Amino acid sequence: MDFDDSLPISERPEWYDVTPLPQDDGPNPIVAIAYKEDFSQLMSYFRAVYRADERSPRSLHLTAEAIAMNPGNYTVWHFRRLILEALNVDLHDELNFLDNIAESNTKNYQIWHHRRWVAQKLGTNAANKELEFTRKIISLDSKNYHAWSHRQWVLQALGGWEGELDYCHELLKEDVFNNSAWNQRYFVITRSPLLGGLQAMRESEVNYTVEAILAHPENESSWRYLRGLYAGDTQSWIIASQVSSVCLKVLKSKINFLFALSTLLDLLSHGFPSTQEFRDAVDALRVPDDNQTDSNLAKTVCLILERVDPIRVNYWLWQKSKLPQ
Amino acid sequence: MGELATEKHVQYILSVEKRKDDFQSVVMEHLRMNGAYWGLTALDILGKLNIVDADEVVSWVMSCQHESGGFAGNVGHDPHILYTLSAVQVLALFDKLDVLDVDKVTNYVVGLQNEDGSFSGDIWGEVDSRFSYIAILCLSLLHQLDKINVEKAVNFVVSCKNMDGGFGCTPGGESHSGQIFCCVGALALTGSLHHVDKDLLGWWLCERQVKSGGLNGRPEKLPDVCYSWWVLSSLIMIDRVHWINKEKLIKFILDCQDTENGGISDRPDDAVDVYHTYFGIAGLSLLEYPSLKAIDPAYALPVDVVNRIRLGKRHAI
Repeated sequence: MDFDDSLPISERPEWYDVTPLPQDDGPNPIVAIAYKEDFSQLMSYFRAVYRADERSPRSLHLTAEAIAMNPGNYTVWHFRRLILEALNVDLHDELNFLDNIAESNTKNYQIWHHRRWVAQKLGTNAANKELEFTRKIISLDSKNYHAWSHRQWVLQALGGWEGELDYCHELLKEDVFNNSAWNQRYFVITRSPLLGGLQAMRESEVNYTVEAILAHPENESSWRYLRGLYAGDTQSWIIASQVSSVCLKVLKSKINFLFALSTLLDLLSHGFPSTQEFRDAVDALRVPDDNQTDSNLAKTVCLILERVDPIRVNYWLWQKSKLPQ
Repeated sequence: MGELATEKHVQYILSVEKRKDDFQSVVMEHLRMNGAYWGLTALDILGKLNIVDADEVVSWVMSCQHESGGFAGNVGHDPHILYTLSAVQVLALFDKLDVLDVDKVTNYVVGLQNEDGSFSGDIWGEVDSRFSYIAILCLSLLHQLDKINVEKAVNFVVSCKNMDGGFGCTPGGESHSGQIFCCVGALALTGSLHHVDKDLLGWWLCERQVKSGGLNGRPEKLPDVCYSWWVLSSLIMIDRVHWINKEKLIKFILDCQDTENGGISDRPDDAVDVYHTYFGIAGLSLLEYPSLKAIDPAYALPVDVVNRIRLGKRHAI
């Protein structure tokens, strides 16, 4: 059935039999919410069909109009799902409907939730479309939490893991500071049924991460990823030559060395045996004002961190306080 | 440094409640229950809750309750756990929890727990660690926490923990300050904070402070006043709040005020809204800014309200 949206709803023939139902703000409204007129009228018809539980094509169309005006109204979405179920609508059309409104509403919880509901009903056939769709949204906003969350759900529920590590690489090549992409990379290497898990992936991932760190040593995300590759395995962490060597390289470069210092501190506190090379590299970062030095390397590291990261001075003081005296 | 424009903010919050003609109030209609919680809690922290007619608010809140026991964001909408918590919190502010049919609300929340311990937001089944916190807090306020499977609820929250010490919306989801607040809050309310790697998470959280003094929600994101609440309350719950620079954060929040018309925005010079006004004031309260009521970081309600509820429980026993 075709519907003509150009007329105000009160003048459309298909709605003559419905008495609109205005918003009831309760017995003693503290706020008399005023509505823009057209929206207000549309919502009055919505309330009427919702109250009457009329699961019809015209109601479905009405929900689309109401959603276009206010996609945050979860009651409209709720009713739309009931209608879709009742009318047995082809849900591929529903995905297309969602595509059209999603791009201008990429942070709307209701749209994403509705999308998941539809995709779940369509099953594995929807996997590719959903991965494509999230890719598109992520290309507009690379850290969109909803899109990433939906994508993780698609991978786990519907599949499509094959190209995911490459996709992460693609995004990190564009922006190596993208924490969402690093998180997705960790998600893939720890959860993909096609890869062998963290242990099996560690070596190649360490190489990848070290390269990313050397390109931008000021990147919090890549350093945390490196640490995450040794989650629950401190012994391997402190003996990993690639880890200590990337620290040393960054320290020797004398620029953007904050995370290298904090990583060295982490290593030392877990029993990493420091060498003269590390002492020299750290000593070279002292400034004349740092006359307070210590024979203990970890303590010297803390002193430097207190100076170069003054906003977190209390954190570094605490780190220093827990070093063995 | 400027000062908190208390009177202006009170006027701003009241004006939002009364506004009739802008589009904002139209699209906010369905979540008015959240708006009521933000505005009224902010007023209470400012010591001005008494200028609101409690009976009117309570009767409106109750008119949003659905026969399932859950509350909607406004009259005539569907119930959702988000609005159910806001409704219970608003009633708690006015010491009116006794108007509730506790069993009815409890049954609604209990019915949203899934087999794996997680919670759905409503009958449509969206799962998010936010809803775990909301369910646990809602039941804590009603002294009904024993009605859910707490152990499973805790296990689900813990399964959302990441290698950086933070938490995401579901297992494997990126750490985000808002989700961290919810997960740490859920663990705090259930006496399960031993599951948190406090030093690692504390470092991640204090790394959220940027040069301007503001806090962001994730690495490389812009600072935003709302994170003053999410990050600070999390740091307080894990006893690491001294790791950030409080003076700089206070200055950042005060810089986000509209000193002419009241209200607080996400960042300096942006448009104000009631959401950021609440989080700014609540953040300042956590920072022990003078003449503000103290707010409880886990309950997200003034400490005196929380104490009244706890005392109520003792009387009940």
